[in-house]
Amino acid sequence: MLKDITLGQFFPGNSFIHRLDPRTKLIFLIVYIATLFTASNWISYGLMIAFLALVIAISTIPLKSIVRGMKPLVFILIFTGVLNVFFTAGETVLVSFWIFTITLEGIIRAFFMMTRILLLITGTFLLTYTTSPIALTDGLESLLSPLKKLRVPVHELSMMMCIALRFIPTLIEETDKIMSAQKARGADFETGSLMQRVRALVPILVPLFISAFRRADELATAMECRCYQGGEGRTKMKLLRFHRCDIQAFASAAVLLAAVITLHSFGL
Amino acid sequence: MSTAINVEHLSYQYPGVDDTPGTVVFENLNLTVEHGSFVAILGGNGCGKSTLAKHFNSILLPSGGKVYVCGMDTADEEKLMQIRRNVGMVFQNPDNQIVANVVEEDVAFGPENLGVASPAIRQRVDQALRQVGMYDYREHAPHLLSGGQKQRVAIAGVIAMEPKCIVLDEPTAMLDPKGRREVLETVLRLNREKGITVVLITHHMDEAAKADRVVVLHKGQVALDGTPRQVFAQVEKLHELGLRAPESTELCHALRQQRIDLQEACLNEEECAKILSEAFGKTFPGK
Repeated sequence: MLKDITLGQFFPGNSFIHRLDPRTKLIFLIVYIATLFTASNWISYGLMIAFLALVIAISTIPLKSIVRGMKPLVFILIFTGVLNVFFTAGETVLVSFWIFTITLEGIIRAFFMMTRILLLITGTFLLTYTTSPIALTDGLESLLSPLKKLRVPVHELSMMMCIALRFIPTLIEETDKIMSAQKARGADFETGSLMQRVRALVPILVPLFISAFRRADELATAMECRCYQGGEGRTKMKLLRFHRCDIQAFASAAVLLAAVITLHSFGL
Repeated sequence: MSTAINVEHLSYQYPGVDDTPGTVVFENLNLTVEHGSFVAILGGNGCGKSTLAKHFNSILLPSGGKVYVCGMDTADEEKLMQIRRNVGMVFQNPDNQIVANVVEEDVAFGPENLGVASPAIRQRVDQALRQVGMYDYREHAPHLLSGGQKQRVAIAGVIAMEPKCIVLDEPTAMLDPKGRREVLETVLRLNREKGITVVLITHHMDEAAKADRVVVLHKGQVALDGTPRQVFAQVEKLHELGLRAPESTELCHALRQQRIDLQEACLNEEECAKILSEAFGKTFPGK
């Protein structure tokens, strides 16, 4: 059961998208999302969809895994759609009953909103699918490093993220072990009312937390022994560097943004 | 030149809670470790083995007396980084000392902290991974490795800082026999080939038998000190301290008590087989 948990799933590969600098991908995603919110008509949405489809094709990520990642979001999508259909004022009334009226504008708006959410999430998935967690934290640290001047602990945050990612599998394994041990002593996690099941989790969480704190303590000692003293004076084995492919990516993002803004301002 | 580690009149008392005073671990302990030697430290539970190890790189500071590492006083705060880069520590649980989620990134952690330039880090990481025989696993995730492999990654992480001395605090306690052998062989090789001083704290007598020197701690004092042969010859004394000699040494000792005349003490299975075959005039099939 616990084996199914996947966080920040990463598909190793060597496509154009995989080779991009993590910073490029992060900036790209932000630009794409910003563009998404400027898009306001059929042509610009068509452009956005086509562009993402192209990126998916280049990345060689199987479409199936992207669709699978969408499943938990179906509810939010439908909810957004329904809300927009019923609560958008418009002139072309299609159906009208009781206090509800459905207008053509409402349906179009709902469709746009759903597409927007879908594209937003697919784009984010693509980032985590094509970037290893370490590259992602490195990229974030590098992008946020100007904030260091404002005394934001950027290095510490990225170190924490890195360690958290490192310990997820270890802690999952540990949880499995504790659950087996409790089951062997007659604990029941599967039957009973919701309250009973929640209460059954306490004997798992208590030892898990105790062991996590012990681990943290030992890890801190081990890090100190390896001369860790925060981000100051620290170097990196792998330096992030922009290559030609990054410039190409930036250029395409700029073209896309310009196209959508133009379409928007001409009201097409 | 100075010795690798020099403990002079060390006393240590754990800080007390509220009004109760903390446990006294050492009172006037003296010990020196020569450069390039391989010292095993043995002792029953609570004799202060791990506490002593933590004094070797300023994790703990003496309450009295001095600890010198390569001539540097561990209480000198300005030398802290210098001391820690010279004395690497490997702990019992490999899971709790691996920081990154890729093997090579973890090995790079130490040199990165020291501010080594990027190309040099790459070089050190590759070299360290080759020395522990984990180069082929450099891009693996640590949680998918076996215990022995994880512990070797931890050792690589330490030697990438190019220390003069490695202190291992029961590095094999959580490993299976295969992992234990891998780790011990790695440590032995580093000592023989690279001349790195090794202090190995252990519960396994057959590991201690491979050292140049064995120190037995008892109640915060050095109870026995000498070559493995000298120390393990004193089987009775070891029993008094709540320890046992290696199995084959114990066997010879038991036979001698049955008035079977054996010439000398042995340290490992091969020696044992040889002595027994001489005593009984028979040859025993090898392993």
